[in-house]
Amino acid sequence: MWGLSRCLRVPRGRLLLLPAGVQRSFSSVSPTPHICIVGSGPAGFYTAQHILRHNPQAQVDIYEKLPVPFGLVRFGVAPDHPEVKNVINTFTQTARSERCTFLGNVTVGRDVTVEELQGAYHAVVLSYGAEDKRELGIPGEELPGVHSARDFVGWYNGLPDNRHLHPDLSCDTAVILGQGNVALDIARILLSPVDILRKTDITQTALDALSQSRIRRVWMVGRRGPLQVAFTIKELREMINLPGTRPKLDPADYVGLEKASKDLPRPRKRLTELLVKAALEKPGQKVAANWAQAEREWGLRFLRSPLAVLPSEDGKRAARIRLSVTRLEGSGETAVAVPTGQVENISCGLIFSSIGYKSVSISSTVPFLPQQGVIPNSMGRVEGIPGLYCSGWVKRGPTGVITTTMTDSFDTAQAILEDVQLGALNWSEPRPGSVAIRELLHLRGIQPVSFSDWEKIDEAETAKGLAVGKPREKILDTEEMLQLVCR
Amino acid sequence: MAVSLLKRGVRASLMIGRFDPRVVLYPKPGQSLGRLSQATPEKLVTSNEEEGSRSVPTPAGTESDAENQRSELSEETVDVVFVDRSGQRVPVKGKVGESVLCLAHRCNIDLEGACESSLACSTCHVYVNTEFFDKLPEPDEREDDMLDMAPLLQENSRLGCQIILTEELNGAEFTLPKITRNFYVDGHVPKPH
Repeated sequence: MWGLSRCLRVPRGRLLLLPAGVQRSFSSVSPTPHICIVGSGPAGFYTAQHILRHNPQAQVDIYEKLPVPFGLVRFGVAPDHPEVKNVINTFTQTARSERCTFLGNVTVGRDVTVEELQGAYHAVVLSYGAEDKRELGIPGEELPGVHSARDFVGWYNGLPDNRHLHPDLSCDTAVILGQGNVALDIARILLSPVDILRKTDITQTALDALSQSRIRRVWMVGRRGPLQVAFTIKELREMINLPGTRPKLDPADYVGLEKASKDLPRPRKRLTELLVKAALEKPGQKVAANWAQAEREWGLRFLRSPLAVLPSEDGKRAARIRLSVTRLEGSGETAVAVPTGQVENISCGLIFSSIGYKSVSISSTVPFLPQQGVIPNSMGRVEGIPGLYCSGWVKRGPTGVITTTMTDSFDTAQAILEDVQLGALNWSEPRPGSVAIRELLHLRGIQPVSFSDWEKIDEAETAKGLAVGKPREKILDTEEMLQLVCR
Repeated sequence: MAVSLLKRGVRASLMIGRFDPRVVLYPKPGQSLGRLSQATPEKLVTSNEEEGSRSVPTPAGTESDAENQRSELSEETVDVVFVDRSGQRVPVKGKVGESVLCLAHRCNIDLEGACESSLACSTCHVYVNTEFFDKLPEPDEREDDMLDMAPLLQENSRLGCQIILTEELNGAEFTLPKITRNFYVDGHVPKPH
């Protein structure tokens, strides 16, 4: 009755048979726009939320690779920023809506194809984020002691893939290549008093390692200058005020900046003023006392581009990083760093490359721009494929804060609502949605995790955390998560 | 006609009450569409404090706007207008002492409060009409920090969770930053300028 053989490719020509009850319930109601979302991070949830609020018929199903939802809110947001994670409450309300279904533990592209989803739904939204990292592409990058920021963040945040990272924190200096918020997050986690972290949902493994850490100094290195840093003011302010640490900022880098920033847009102007203040002005009493007693320090190094990671004498691990001194051509956000020919080494046992995330292609049937790492789209409509949409980082690139992703996801949702209403998206013929996909998954031996399953995992994690005075102790192993949901 | 009915239906179904800012109600399929009652929201908790003696609550860093504000609310109301993301004007009655975010949630205005008023996001970013913008207390440094990350930041930008309604704000207009699209499914057809 749904023309299933037309819209679904079932392996080995098997016909998909559905229980009679399901068929009846479908035939008794008018067609409903069935929308599928791939990825349950902020982009996925905000897209779902906007569709559900503004179309009282729409049914939205959210597919997630992991057994647990919320993407980077769970695995990216720093553990000492719990207030940012409050958004989980809003997402939970969305997931509990009776017109929303969460299907975790389903990897689109492996367990089910994008084409199969397109067959089962009127619209498919790709909001699977940016799971890859940009490579440095320099010699020595593979040496022990060199990590991608992404892996390190995943490690302290309990991402199952990164649970065996075991970073060696026995050296005294770490270098982070990059000057964005992820770099500041890593610096803060490395330098924070462990007693602060103990009250967060950082993993016990990370806590144990950090409490043994001998890191005393963290350099954040940027190719360009102080007017081009990518981090935002809240994170910088936090770093400046971090107990037990002091900033090590070379006054020469900041002289004259205030004047140069006068006519810049407000965010850049305020950020620069704060940098200048921290570097050049005498701090207030409280801050001064903190800096005087501090045993740890952090600093920003500008106009330095990584050339190579140099090994220790035994060749077994990273010991130094060689940087090329650069100068700026042009000015402002578009200034370009060009090498001067000078080089400089920094001794360090730990190096993080924090030069950005990258989206990957999910299917050869979906257009993808590898250079930019995005799906070509117009306001969220994937170019050339009606019914296929994208939102979040895979749509616009891996930048911005949660508000940026919210705005961007609402935009995509709005495009879908428009297409549903104006007929650009044909939903007059019913589509089976998750009913058909579940059948496929069943045939392939995949058991999706529901939102109430996740709530069991959530409960177990919070109980485990409560016992040690933490808001949660994350389960690091997906198998353990799956066992918890009693299948 | 059919289209306009449908549109009204969508809006009406969105107006069904919601009082806890954390609770997001979604219209259910086939739900009957009640009469709009946005201008008379249900009473929360009343306070007997006299006008004038009530200290202005300092919103920065509150844990939960719902809980904090229930104890602060008075009987007094002010008339304010939301201009939603589609450009539609929605007049509402706000209670003196509640935040603009809280009011928006009571009235089903699409203003997000991702961090729940803890000054960790800027999802409740609104524009305040200049006349009233100038009457607001200066923003906390942390609010300014968050505003710096708001898309489409303007001179008259504030965070809705930090604006506490006072009598002085009677007549104020809070405009949500527009979705960049120029088509609105909620019934609003933008007029050419």
